[in-house]
Amino acid sequence: MGKTLSEKILGKKVNKDVVAGEIVEVEPDVAMSHDNTAAISKSFYKIGVDKVFDPQKHVIILDHCTPAANSKFAQNHKDIREFVTKQNIKNFYDIQHGVCHQVIHEKGHIYPGALVVGSDSHSTSYGAFGAFSCGIGRSEMAVIMARGKIWLKVPETIKIYVKGKFPKGISSKDLMLQIAREIRADGALYKAIEFCGPTIDNMSVASRFVLANMAVEIGAKAGYMIPNQATLDYLKKHTSRPYEIIESDPDATFEKTYTFDVSNLEPMVAKPHTVDNVSPISEVAGTKIDQVFFGSCTNGRIEDFQVVSDVVKGKKIHPGVRMLVFPASNTIYMEALKQGFIQNLMEAGAVIMNPGCGPCMGNHEGILADNEVCVATSNRNFKGRLGNKNSEVFLASPRTAAECAIAGKIVDWKK
Amino acid sequence: MKIKGRVWKYGDDVNTDVIFPGKYTYTLTDPKEMAKVALEDLDADFAEKVQKNDIIIGGKNFGCGSSREQAVSCLVYAGVGAIISKSYARIFFRNCINFGLPALNASDAVDGIENGEIIEIDTESGKISCKAGVYSFPPLPKEVVGIFDAGGLIPYTKKQLGIKT
Ligand code: SF4
Repeated sequence: MGKTLSEKILGKKVNKDVVAGEIVEVEPDVAMSHDNTAAISKSFYKIGVDKVFDPQKHVIILDHCTPAANSKFAQNHKDIREFVTKQNIKNFYDIQHGVCHQVIHEKGHIYPGALVVGSDSHSTSYGAFGAFSCGIGRSEMAVIMARGKIWLKVPETIKIYVKGKFPKGISSKDLMLQIAREIRADGALYKAIEFCGPTIDNMSVASRFVLANMAVEIGAKAGYMIPNQATLDYLKKHTSRPYEIIESDPDATFEKTYTFDVSNLEPMVAKPHTVDNVSPISEVAGTKIDQVFFGSCTNGRIEDFQVVSDVVKGKKIHPGVRMLVFPASNTIYMEALKQGFIQNLMEAGAVIMNPGCGPCMGNHEGILADNEVCVATSNRNFKGRLGNKNSEVFLASPRTAAECAIAGKIVDWKK
Repeated sequence: MKIKGRVWKYGDDVNTDVIFPGKYTYTLTDPKEMAKVALEDLDADFAEKVQKNDIIIGGKNFGCGSSREQAVSCLVYAGVGAIISKSYARIFFRNCINFGLPALNASDAVDGIENGEIIEIDTESGKISCKAGVYSFPPLPKEVVGIFDAGGLIPYTKKQLGIKT
């Protein structure tokens, strides 16, 4: 009987054959945490252990509220800096680097076949590189610091097969929203998702990342794909870690297969207040907007900047709209500068912010007022997510966000 | 263990942002303060009126969204004795085990129980008694029941490592 990628990676960790449904205790290869490391370190000390089990394993990145918005956030960062120094955690990235889910692979910590956990729900992202990667809680990260281990259930796997060529201007974000619309927010609960098919094979690393990043939005434990040539090229540039590509066997058991064809896909939006409340943009065209949030771990990469820059170049952002731009990392920011994207955005009237999460979870840098409407390229639009429960967030692709910023309203730009 | 309390019934996909808003995740650490904002963006009455051992009922996918553990701990600090739901988002469910909060899977019970009624849960026999009758729920997997019984992951790990409190 063939095995899935999840069964293989988790089985390798315990040196035996495992099947979906089994619970195993494993040692992850990489463990990521961010601004929540202060709280994690407190739980760690509560256990009664002094030394982190394996400081090499941990990657800690400050991004959720950087620079600190007030003294409490500042104290939080300070506690983390002291902790990493004391525990000799070398893989620490302070506020100048960017969003954790971007920085971690830019700095070479992610590789195919790895078992990765992160105390952040979007840790599913690293499946884009053929790793098995899932989100965990703070106490669990504290225990990994204490004894290096965690229990995980070997998940069943759903296959999402994607074919067809994207119409011009349509991207993997539109595809992901379409997937959420069909599979729903709980459609992949506890499962791993294997994204495959010709469309996935032909995608850029950044576009593939969007799917793995948002796999958790349909409930998945992990969302992965087998590295394509673009991914291998990226890894060559960014990581020196040896790796083995692990793939599901052809006769592995998949619980279900969904097929999507992107050939006629329209621009999609997730309407307030859930990620699966999705419709084609035409259904909400005309909705007046107050802010555009371009960035986040989902869509703040260089190909996104290219698209957005092309839309706004030589135009002006609507006077009723504030457009906030958050490069996903410092490296991306510099590249966007080099390519003139930042200049185009600034001339159009956008506000360029520092790399980081920005307002994505309602901490700072662009919180909405009552009754305001925002189009965001991020991954969640829950009530209050951008810091105000009386505001509304529509999730969309970078292309759609840029078109809306110019129009001052949600616009069916494909028409 | 027996848990008897009043029911607060909500719908499907109750997410972690409405349970414990993101803006508090790095600034609120005092249990009393955390209890005061529990379910703030879903039900403004909850934090004020909740009593010890009250029980939350959710539909499917309870606790979807962020990995924040405070979405569980704020409910515990507010006095919540248990959650009954049709299904849970996986990190939230893990956080419940790790924090010692009973999170039961019982779809029929969710449909049968009414908002505001008093119900009783018996964790040993796996039964929920309410006006509509008695419902059962499955036990936790044997691999993780020890964590729950120890009162959560931190005390459990202490025990495992032989560290005395
Ligand atoms: S950008 Fe948003 S979704 Fe991504 S890690 Fe930051 S807060 Fe989370």
